[in-house]
Amino acid sequence: MSSTKDEIRKKRKSAFSRRGFLKGLGAGTGVLSTGVLAEQETDAAPATPVQGPGAVAITLDINGRPHKVNVEPRTTLCDTLRNHLDLTGAKRVCDRGTCGACTVIIGGKVMYSCTVLAIEAQGKKIQTIEGLAQPGKLHPVSQAFWDNDAQQCGYCTPGFVMAAKGFLDHHPNPTYEEVKKGLGGNLCRCGTYVGVRKAVLQAAKEMQGGRNA
Amino acid sequence: MHEHDLSKVGTRAKPAGEQVAGDPDKAFQEAEVTSEGEYGIPVITHCCLEPHGQVVQWNGDKVEYWPSTQNVTQVGNDLAKLIEVPANQIHTHMDYMGGGFGSKFPPDLWGAEAAQLSKMSGGRPVKLFLDRATELTIAGNRPSVFAKVKTGAKKDGTITVWQSQTWATGGYTGGNLNVSLFPYVFNKLENKRLNHTAVSINAGSARAWRAPNHPQLSFVTCSALEDLAAKLNMDALAFFLKNIEITTRPQVYKAQLEKAAEMIEWKKYAHLRSDTTKGPVKRGLGIGVNTWGGLGHDSQCRVTIHPDGSVDVDLCSQDLGTATRTMIAMVAAETFGLTINQVKVGIGDTQFPPSGGSGGSTTIGGVTVSTRKATVNALGKLFDLLSPVMGVPADGLEAVDGRIQQKGNPSKSMTWQQACAKMGTQSISEMGQNKQAEAVKEGLINQGTSGVQMADVSVDTDTGIVKMNRMVAVQDCGLVVNPKTAESQVFGACIMSCCAALMEERIMDQQTGRVLNPDMEFYKLAGISDIGEIIVHMDITPEHDARGIIGLGEPPAVGGVAAISNAVANAIGVRVPMVPLTPNRVLAALSQRRIG
Ligand code: FES
Ligand code: FES
Repeated sequence: MSSTKDEIRKKRKSAFSRRGFLKGLGAGTGVLSTGVLAEQETDAAPATPVQGPGAVAITLDINGRPHKVNVEPRTTLCDTLRNHLDLTGAKRVCDRGTCGACTVIIGGKVMYSCTVLAIEAQGKKIQTIEGLAQPGKLHPVSQAFWDNDAQQCGYCTPGFVMAAKGFLDHHPNPTYEEVKKGLGGNLCRCGTYVGVRKAVLQAAKEMQGGRNA
Repeated sequence: MHEHDLSKVGTRAKPAGEQVAGDPDKAFQEAEVTSEGEYGIPVITHCCLEPHGQVVQWNGDKVEYWPSTQNVTQVGNDLAKLIEVPANQIHTHMDYMGGGFGSKFPPDLWGAEAAQLSKMSGGRPVKLFLDRATELTIAGNRPSVFAKVKTGAKKDGTITVWQSQTWATGGYTGGNLNVSLFPYVFNKLENKRLNHTAVSINAGSARAWRAPNHPQLSFVTCSALEDLAAKLNMDALAFFLKNIEITTRPQVYKAQLEKAAEMIEWKKYAHLRSDTTKGPVKRGLGIGVNTWGGLGHDSQCRVTIHPDGSVDVDLCSQDLGTATRTMIAMVAAETFGLTINQVKVGIGDTQFPPSGGSGGSTTIGGVTVSTRKATVNALGKLFDLLSPVMGVPADGLEAVDGRIQQKGNPSKSMTWQQACAKMGTQSISEMGQNKQAEAVKEGLINQGTSGVQMADVSVDTDTGIVKMNRMVAVQDCGLVVNPKTAESQVFGACIMSCCAALMEERIMDQQTGRVLNPDMEFYKLAGISDIGEIIVHMDITPEHDARGIIGLGEPPAVGGVAAISNAVANAIGVRVPMVPLTPNRVLAALSQRRIG
């Protein structure tokens, strides 16, 4: 039984790794993605079997700290972060895996938090924009966004910064073309892409060597 | 109800009456070449990433109100009318907002609803934001425009006459269009006949969209002009330059067209429409032009200098992502000879003096004047106080590099901190004001801008896919306060133009009247990889500087759709009449050419 499960996991991993999917397709229009939670890199215990329908108590590992929260099983991670944990950096925009405004990093993977249930995210390391800066010092990606004026209204920005961070973790030395493809899962209405492209290249340069995890 | 076809709209059509200038009939008789074309630009929606909505708490007499708005000063007054409380009982706050683009001025019925819910709940805060489908259905759209245009010219390329029949819809409120601006920018044409019909349909109503009317006017005009140039077998740039004298600012547009042509390497890549490039992927260039007013709105500002040297600059404006805060801080810091970190800017709160809503590119002019005047007044008061202490007449003092000194004499000076300490316990607080009606006379700000966009596209004639390779933008906006954020505005506007030219379209179900794509999968916006290179040139010259500050948000959002549409026509040798230039439309236009 466990071997079947493992097989399914492996298949899912190859089929639904978001960045792999985007890369393979060349991400023509930049709005392709899948919100299926990648299941690798999860060595923690399996999730509690309790499945509602009322609120269930769960613990989420967010930015290196455990957060206890009661949510209904249907609640997305995005809504849990924003409405229950006061972590409002991830934005809810399309709520269906199109725009990337809700992007967080789960188990090292860039994910849309609106397409992940909070209960699915138990036992996984969740990184949000709130955990990115060191005290008194911006993360190189955020700094690069600032330096290159890569935000206007800023509503897409936390998602973009997290997507850029996750992308650079896996592609520390990207070409310009790779940046265009790798950031294809996030949309900006104000039109900040010129600044974003410059920012990601600058951050890549600065993160070389002394990589800031 | 299909508004694309005027003959089918029946009683929903409201003709606006004919406007005639000169003698168009005679001009057409005398024209050596005429050109006719049909053009369409659909309804698009604002699709702000942060939807419309607010948090509101109605507790006893007091209403605390946190809307996502472009109009912090006024929106609470409008809410007061809806919920029937005195306006001074509403306290409006807004630190940040996630995009408005013209759609976020009124409190809307959902604002009133949220307030009522709060009251009914005994004063608990209520958060009510539209979901995405509702946002894209009712929270504002930019009207469509459809046009039949006929133009005439002499053989040498001089345009002599323009005739257009246009119609448009922005939903149940109809669809007006300021057709007296036809031909757009090339407006001093002698002979024209203009007809417009507003069409009302059962759909959400129009709201201001970045440069109301102008992207449509520019698209129709520049398309018709390039079609006329093609008919004349003339290079489009040469044609625009040939007719430069009928533009509203001939010297400026001439210089801008030439600059843009240099930036996009017009000489290297340009070809006549009749002479398409080889192979299945065709490349082409196109031109679009823009103009806008951008005169600063009414604004009041209060500046307070504290004895500890800190400075507060307070006015009830808002930052939509255009860097309003930064501009205010820059102006205040410059007046005081401080760095911008030493100035604390307070906006987005109705406890501050009133300042206009952010629409029509009026914010930068308004807030910089009120801030400048308030800071100059406050500094004058400080100089009065320091004059006896320093033994220098007040008008002989200046504030530079964090010091107050005798003009040109750093040896007779004190630091800003020391100077402010002389105030004892008393702060200095002064007001400054911009009145729109008097602003131009005063000479700090102005109105009227020009700009040019040129696009370079590749079109795959097998698949119909259009790729935007490059866009260049040359833009004047008077005195540029901050070149970096100004450039960002132009980059953003160019990207929005690409979205509108290639992807964006609200699609209605003709049977049920419902929006079929009220989501972000099928209401398409460009992603980061859809956008080619964009090169921006802020047209900064001593003459433009001397005009003072002028708004920038709208104008660069105007010409891009025209530029891309023209570039596609230039690439494939035939006009695709309707944007967005989706593969099916491109292929349809190509196959008609093949048949015809
Ligand atoms: S809100 Fe999650 S992808 Fe849009
Ligand atoms: S900065 Fe406004 S949506 Fe990206």
